[in-house]
Amino acid sequence: MIPELLISEASVRRGGRVLFEGVSLRLAPGEACALTGPNGSGKTSLLRAVAGLVRLEAGTVGFGPTDPAEARAEGLHFVGHHDGLKPSRTVREELAFWTRWCGGTEAAAQAAAEAFDLGRLLDLEVRRLSAGQRRRLALSRLVAAPRPLWLLDEPLSPLDAVWRSRMGETMAAHLSGGGMILAAVHDPLPVAAKSLELAG
Amino acid sequence: MSRALALLVRETTLAWGRGGGPLVSVGFYAGVATLMPLAIGPEPERLAAIAPGAAWVALALAALLSLDRLFERDYEDGALDLLSLSPVPLEITCAIKCLGQWLATGAPLALAAPVAAIALGAAPSLAPLIFACALLGGLAFAFMGGIGAALSLGARRGGLLTAVIVLPLFVPPVIFGGGALDAFAGGLPWQGGFALLGAYAAAAVALGPLAMAGACRNALS
Repeated sequence: MIPELLISEASVRRGGRVLFEGVSLRLAPGEACALTGPNGSGKTSLLRAVAGLVRLEAGTVGFGPTDPAEARAEGLHFVGHHDGLKPSRTVREELAFWTRWCGGTEAAAQAAAEAFDLGRLLDLEVRRLSAGQRRRLALSRLVAAPRPLWLLDEPLSPLDAVWRSRMGETMAAHLSGGGMILAAVHDPLPVAAKSLELAG
Repeated sequence: MSRALALLVRETTLAWGRGGGPLVSVGFYAGVATLMPLAIGPEPERLAAIAPGAAWVALALAALLSLDRLFERDYEDGALDLLSLSPVPLEITCAIKCLGQWLATGAPLALAAPVAAIALGAAPSLAPLIFACALLGGLAFAFMGGIGAALSLGARRGGLLTAVIVLPLFVPPVIFGGGALDAFAGGLPWQGGFALLGAYAAAAVALGPLAMAGACRNALS
């Protein structure tokens, strides 16, 4: 649905300070990009700008011929530090709600629960989850409601070695299906990827 | 449609659990209504005269209680980001959040309002009108209150700021609702005040979401 992601000459200013200037990137279907840079260099802000949550000071973000509003409404997933999960609700409730909100089906939610091994956790409240389990629940959205562009903010950091490699397989499957991934990371991505470094 | 329904269920259950939920709101309401006779004096004639108005003001205060959390939590934990990345316009999302707030706290308060008014000495014949006014007024409180909650997003001590922004917006429904109850108690035509209250609630439902969505977008960017 989104034929490409094109960031051209983007710059973002936060609190009077220019975070980055003149950042350009083109992602075609099947491509991933690892976004690197020191803390505070604007990785999260660039992801949020692509999602339309942060205003660009200059430059543009385009999605090919697709209207940006439409691309952002139905074409991308954003998984960041703030995962939007409510501590008082159960894993089942949160998975079901976010799947429906993102346009996925109940069967897809079940498949996602299996893919991320959430079956035993379904009746637990989100507050009882470990950081890694909680991240798996947040990432399960990606599978529960297929969307072409994934914007991931340090998706692997709380995961253990086994889940990092399984997430690598999930990403590879997404890319081979024509998806795109833009991920802010400190460690290398577990899939072949371009890289874009923000100087900070 | 299925998205909107899922969100309404989520918002209502979250509002139900937020800050103790409707029980705390109703308890606070009962507390304020009990304070009135202690401050004003226990003479039944004097209390009966002010009972509908007192119950109405207490209702407006109780409606403020869990309002500051309406957007704050979703803003802090990132849910508002995800809610805005959807084919559902942010305006509708905001309206559904307020509707959930009204179902979870406005409706229980509307049930408590006639009880409090009668306990203060209002005539039992007032009960249906108090309930109807509280239900309609609660809708106005939720949607006008949502504007204050959205505007104070990201501010320190946002709860206090919400109250300061919202209380002036609560003035018209308090006047219209109180006026209708007073007129009914005095045997005068009350329909005018009630209709104005309904008009204010309708305006709040129609215009509030536009302001809320604008304030949310501003807070997110």
